[in-house]
Amino acid sequence: MDGKEISIEMSAIIILLIVSIGIAGGFLLAFFWSVRDGQFDDDYSPSRRMLFEDEKKNEESKE
Amino acid sequence: MEQEKTNILTLCDHCGDTCYKQSVTLGDKLFCCQGCKSVYQILNDNNLCTYYDLNAHPGITQNRTIRKDKFAFLDNLEIARKLIQFSNDKQTHVTFYLPQIHCSSCLWLLENIRKIHRGIISSRVNFTQKEVFLIFDPSSINLREVVELLTRIGYEPHLSLEEVTQAQVRQIDRTRWYKIGLTGFCFANIMMMSFPEYFSGGEVLEPIIKKTLTTIIVILSIPVITYGASEFFASAWAGLKNKHLNIDAPIALALVITFGRSLYEIFTGTGPGYLDSMSGIVFFMLLGRWLQDRTYQTISFDRDFRSFFPIAVNVLKDNDVLSIPVDQVKPNDIIQIHHGELIPADAILSKGNAEIDYSFVTGESLPVTVDKGEIIYAGGKQTAGLIDLVVIKGVSQSYLTNLWNKESINAETTTSYSFIDTLSKYFTYIVLTIGAIAGGYWFWQGQPQLMWNALTTILIVACPCALLLSANFTKGNILRILSLNKFYLKSANVIESLTKINTIVFDKTGTLTQNNKMKVRYEGRTLSLETKTQIASLLVHSNHPLSKAVLQYLETPASITPDSFRIIENKGIEGWIEEHYFKIGSPSFTDQSDTNRKESTVVVKMDNLVLGVFYVTNAYRIGIFDLFKSLKPNYHLALISGDNPAEELTLREKMGTESELLFEQSPHEKLAYIQYLKENKKANVLMIGDGLNDAGALKESHVGLAVCDDDNNFTPAADGIIHASKVSVLHQILNYIHSGQKIILFTFGISIIYNIIGLYFAVQGTLSPIIAAILMPSSSISIILITYGLSEWMAKKYQLK
Repeated sequence: MDGKEISIEMSAIIILLIVSIGIAGGFLLAFFWSVRDGQFDDDYSPSRRMLFEDEKKNEESKE
Repeated sequence: MEQEKTNILTLCDHCGDTCYKQSVTLGDKLFCCQGCKSVYQILNDNNLCTYYDLNAHPGITQNRTIRKDKFAFLDNLEIARKLIQFSNDKQTHVTFYLPQIHCSSCLWLLENIRKIHRGIISSRVNFTQKEVFLIFDPSSINLREVVELLTRIGYEPHLSLEEVTQAQVRQIDRTRWYKIGLTGFCFANIMMMSFPEYFSGGEVLEPIIKKTLTTIIVILSIPVITYGASEFFASAWAGLKNKHLNIDAPIALALVITFGRSLYEIFTGTGPGYLDSMSGIVFFMLLGRWLQDRTYQTISFDRDFRSFFPIAVNVLKDNDVLSIPVDQVKPNDIIQIHHGELIPADAILSKGNAEIDYSFVTGESLPVTVDKGEIIYAGGKQTAGLIDLVVIKGVSQSYLTNLWNKESINAETTTSYSFIDTLSKYFTYIVLTIGAIAGGYWFWQGQPQLMWNALTTILIVACPCALLLSANFTKGNILRILSLNKFYLKSANVIESLTKINTIVFDKTGTLTQNNKMKVRYEGRTLSLETKTQIASLLVHSNHPLSKAVLQYLETPASITPDSFRIIENKGIEGWIEEHYFKIGSPSFTDQSDTNRKESTVVVKMDNLVLGVFYVTNAYRIGIFDLFKSLKPNYHLALISGDNPAEELTLREKMGTESELLFEQSPHEKLAYIQYLKENKKANVLMIGDGLNDAGALKESHVGLAVCDDDNNFTPAADGIIHASKVSVLHQILNYIHSGQKIILFTFGISIIYNIIGLYFAVQGTLSPIIAAILMPSSSISIILITYGLSEWMAKKYQLK
């Protein structure tokens, strides 16, 4: 009885282990994706580009 | 006086340069020149003035005229095809290198360029590479027009022979990112999976869980050793093949033994292994390498003459002018060179007025007049009008470009043994001896099991990874601090070469002196403001550097229009102004005897009466003489200049009597002098120069430093690039680099303490994985922190931060 309960808990831990590795692996893949996409090639322009206002907004703010 | 003050404070609204003379205005905007104004007009007409809101004075000075058909060669399909990456009838893709890119305004404008011309479909800037990737519609705009558009708004693409002779695709290496990411992932997860084992003492765990955990650990460790650590194995192998034991060899050995022993322990069930420590070490070492090897992508250290030479040249054939790729120019072709263009091949002048600026080739500071029938050497720049030349040698065979055909300049300098390699060698020998003694002791005691245990753990501890870490992190941080001081090194190895330097050789023109600043001295009658204004109003029409220097010295606005004037190229200017007849120019032009051959002189004659003489010399960079003073005790100094010995006395006095001063040296003689120093004097030479004439010497010396005036400038191939304003702090920089060596030794000492603790357990055969897992990260992290802290502190000490 006792032994069986423990093995159920234990198998839960095993599942959790695999899940946690899986999630971490997902982040690793996301990192690879971003590297492949060239996000680490230029660390200046993307951060500035997002600060530029869009054309339409620009005209509105002028009016 | 007040007038002058406000003049100095007025800055051009486009580029931020001081507006001299009469400035150009448009509405409430003020510009230093017509060029800046026209850029503003284009942007204003296209609603692109956000450019000026993002940064103050974002523009690049446009104070130069661009010839109308300068880019006509782009109509030549053969040349265009070499630049274009992809093309069909709807889209053409092209990437340009724009050295002018420097701020977010540049980024914004270039990415909005389609608003100026609808034919441009999209544009994207890579800021770190200073490149713009353009897609345009070839049916509404062609390559030439795109380049002309970019030039009109102040971003003239850098189009050189290099771009077309080399493969276009510049692949960015991203493997290090993958390696760091993967190893970091494996390291963190292995560490986490090892915790239950450590906390439970290895006994309470259920066998299934233990089995699952170790399986995952083993699986995760495989990519670490096969992929993450692959570069250490490759480098160790390369070293061994050359019969050289570099630092990667003991590291590779330690990694293999750690991995093998861990697998053995895990499969025999005798222990959990050291896979967590191993992957941690690999991770930290990769980080260190990354920090050290972060190169400056925007800076090219390997330029040869091809990046300075144009792509195409105008060739006269049967009364037609054709654009021909420069490398196809053959002897006996007749080429046309316009004002401001570089002569691509040795040629004989056949038509026109040639005034050649050879500062690039020879280091002479003033243009030379060439008569018809004389040879003009490749690399010279025409400063007068249009000339025709008959080519006598192909581009790659010319006098200057011949430098690159020499064996020695192309031969890779043999890698000298790095001092950390030597250090690691001794370190390895010592540890191997300890290993042998400990193993022998346990064998003697009749415990062969413990013998293997001790031997392998000692080899694991013997890994000189701490030494590698301290070297990588120290050098990486030194490179970073130096780059803040506008001193860029090609690689971390140059740091070590710099510590061995004992001889410093300077070039004069452009290195010790300022390129665009002349020192003017006046002797003669005192000039009234009226006369000054008259002289200035006449001189403003001459483009000769001496006229410009005198004009700047006078600091008087050129407000009068002369009644008549005549310029005699390279001699002087004469003319009538406010009822006075002026003759300003060289002594021969003004009928004076040329007594002073050491300085350039400008004689001023009014109504056939000599008023006075302006003496013009190159101005030395600020702090140069102090630099000599502080370098003199520790280094042997020398000077090799292509210029005349006018400045010999001044320099002799400042550089000391032991220094060698050589003048009127050709590029080949400069190269030969460095060779002489290396072979006959066994000197470790640091050469500092700027022009193509120094290229041979820069390459031949142990460390070659190229001086650049602004970040957009092109410098010849060198081991490092130093900004002109920082030449005067060279002594501090060298001292700082020396202190870096001490930092590495010091942190190495600290890592030895950790090693002794590890060895204490190892020789007894009791280095448990948990002790390894504590020792490893704490030694790595403390070394990283100490080396960072010390290199920052030293930078403050030498006032580099």
